[in-house]
Amino acid sequence: MAEFDRADIVIIGGGVVGCAIFRRLALAGLKPLLLEAGDDILSGASKGNSAILHTGFDAPPDSLEVACMQAGYREYNAIRNRLNLPLVETGALVVAWNEEQLAKLPSIVAQAHQNGVTDVAQISRADLKLREPQLAAHALGAVLVPGEHIIDPWSAPLAYALQGLAHGGRIRRGCTVSGGSFDGAWSLQTERGRIAAGLVINAAGNHGDLVEAICRPSPFKVTPRKGQFVVFDKPAANFVKSIILPVPTERTKGIVICKTAFGNLLVGPTAEDQETRDVAEVEEQVLAMLIEKGREMLPGLADVGVNAVYAGLRPATQFKDYQIEAQPERRWITVGGIRSTGLTSSLGIAAHVAGLVGRHFHPVEEVAPIWTPVPNLCEERPRPYQIGGEIVCHCEWVTRGEIEAALTGPLPAGDVGGLKRRTRAMMGRCQGFYCSANVAAIAAGKIEL
Amino acid sequence: MIERDVIILGAGPAGLAAAAELARHNVGKIAVLDREPAAGGIPRHCGHLGFGWNEFRRVMTGPGYARHLAETAKGVELKLGVTALRLEQGGVIQTTSAEGPQTWKSRAVLLAMGARETPRSARLVSGARPWGVMNTGALQQFVYLHGKRPFERPVIIGSELVAFSTLMTLRHVKVHPAAMIEAGPRVTARRPGDWIARLAFGVPVLLNTQLLRILGNEKVEGVEIDRGNGPERLDCDGVVFTGKFRPENALLTGSHLTVDPGTKGPAIDQFWRCSDPAFFAAGNLLRGIETAGQCWREGCAAGRIIAATLLGKLAPAETSIPVQPAGALAYVYPQRLVAADPIDPELLFFGRAREATKGEIVVRGDDTVISLRKVDALPERRIPWPVSPKSLQAYKRITVSLEPDA
Repeated sequence: MAEFDRADIVIIGGGVVGCAIFRRLALAGLKPLLLEAGDDILSGASKGNSAILHTGFDAPPDSLEVACMQAGYREYNAIRNRLNLPLVETGALVVAWNEEQLAKLPSIVAQAHQNGVTDVAQISRADLKLREPQLAAHALGAVLVPGEHIIDPWSAPLAYALQGLAHGGRIRRGCTVSGGSFDGAWSLQTERGRIAAGLVINAAGNHGDLVEAICRPSPFKVTPRKGQFVVFDKPAANFVKSIILPVPTERTKGIVICKTAFGNLLVGPTAEDQETRDVAEVEEQVLAMLIEKGREMLPGLADVGVNAVYAGLRPATQFKDYQIEAQPERRWITVGGIRSTGLTSSLGIAAHVAGLVGRHFHPVEEVAPIWTPVPNLCEERPRPYQIGGEIVCHCEWVTRGEIEAALTGPLPAGDVGGLKRRTRAMMGRCQGFYCSANVAAIAAGKIEL
Repeated sequence: MIERDVIILGAGPAGLAAAAELARHNVGKIAVLDREPAAGGIPRHCGHLGFGWNEFRRVMTGPGYARHLAETAKGVELKLGVTALRLEQGGVIQTTSAEGPQTWKSRAVLLAMGARETPRSARLVSGARPWGVMNTGALQQFVYLHGKRPFERPVIIGSELVAFSTLMTLRHVKVHPAAMIEAGPRVTARRPGDWIARLAFGVPVLLNTQLLRILGNEKVEGVEIDRGNGPERLDCDGVVFTGKFRPENALLTGSHLTVDPGTKGPAIDQFWRCSDPAFFAAGNLLRGIETAGQCWREGCAAGRIIAATLLGKLAPAETSIPVQPAGALAYVYPQRLVAADPIDPELLFFGRAREATKGEIVVRGDDTVISLRKVDALPERRIPWPVSPKSLQAYKRITVSLEPDA
């Protein structure tokens, strides 16, 4: 097949990690090319997570993961205003529901301090009751983590991608890399032809080991870990102020309760290993279990309806830590095994990868950033409907102008999922009963509903 | 602040009927607000016949009925494309529209926001989440408002009356469903619903059949069902979840108004009054689904009561007696009873059974049985029963119970 494109640097994978690396390298003047197999960015692991910006308080000490998380946390806060990204400052509580869990709280505090998160402290049952009066009465105590917050998991990577584009990077969607050959430079195989690349960065998430096999026998195997979630309707978001985290055990990670940036309440995830990399099914019994667990911890949920359910896949490997390394002689950088912490760590991973690029491949310079603010979808900050506009999605109060804007510009929505993630249209309690036909009419000719 | 004497939220059958009724009384300025671009509510996109006989002695299509309702309310101010964001104490409504945010205030607000079907998500159905899964409401908009044909061979989940509306909608665009699937032992809609499905439409009706899973990742490829012999696959390219209507109550749950956990609608007294007497409610917002005709009747009745209130003929209630469901009854409304009044000689309670039940409806005042009636109840059919309000006034608490035969 003929060569149809070339770039000095090709990033494979348009998830949050790929988008953040794309941004960082574009900001360094390197004009990367991002290839995404899906019809839109964020089509894989990044489309379904819990949207928490983590401090790294419970990450493995001295790991690359905790370093990237904490660097990512700092950079997100440094750039979020320029990109118009939200931060819902909830804080988190690791709640002990029995004596055994209560006994573990001091070690959680100790690990947090070891990780440099020094404001973490244990609080009493009475203090917990004061902070979260709606939690079930059998909560015995908690560890307070003031720095854990909620962000918009889709607008952030979109903003990173847009900033990369503004700096001369390019994105090809619907472009699956199926193979490649190396003769001092890479020639990557896609359905449309070959793409020449001076350097390849593998950020292929759940397909990371398959893409890695283009370069070498993959040293890691991805076993997607499914997490199912239940989203409760907006009244539930007022039931808790903080993110409610479980005390982790050796066997299970437990269920989190947290608000979303969009004003709902999330209960999940589960952790179920599976072989399939592209399909994340929800299971009736598991969803019912999540609802029951949620009600056990937060009795008020009994009176609130379920808006949505979803399942995400985290790219877990046999290793606990991230698998990031450069192979200078093969002109390849591996960014694999980025599990559930990728949303937080992505900017930190990107800086780390830029360091590898600078050390082994290209001089990395700093250019003055062009800022590409994204539309705000967070209920705590001004949204277009508050100013006025024709509302199309009545549950999430999405205006026609927002939907039209998401279908145009340098990175328009590539499919229905992308349109939903960019606007929230059809993601509310009616799931499109009222608006899907109208949204389809607005999107006609651009994306097919 | 925009002031009116009456504001009606929702231009569906209940809201427009109330508007027409109120226009006949001299009660001042009336405004009807609706978030959609056209008046008429759900019938607007039910493009088949079956509307209007009881109220107008004419058989109309949904859109024809919607136009006729709008015609009856002609002269009443109608503001379309206006979305209510919040309800506040004393008849205040915060809205937004293309013109921007506005505050409305009125002496009386009628809440008539209607109902919607339960989507796939809240039914917790297993499987991936492919495109091609929708409710009847969305399907009808695709078909009747946008001339689209979203699939070729869908399955229909449920057998309430609305499932037959789905059949007619699909026939309109020459789509032949693979099957109608009902979990229970009989068709929920009244006979001859199942015969119509089988004979007139040639669609197999699978009773006692559980939907286990939706198959397909990007697009629907089939469903996994269980007819009692374990899982089997049924090929289809779409899934229409019909019925299981619930009040469109999002504005209520965030407001100061009391919501009944049974109906999920506002708790009202027999004069359609919510817990804040500046707010009234009628139509499908009260409980989920009834026919357009029933909503229209309630709208007319609520309109008369609002007019009487504004003209000073109905005194505000000092105290009320709570009315509660018991036994196999899922809910009952009105949820409060206030002192009888000359304008309301007879009281009608409505309820629904949790499951198919043969038995008796027993109305008790405190622990005394006041009335007793045999019923053969199905969960999706309204159970109405009249009671004299005077007979109930002496009690502190009314219980309405559906008690199965031994």
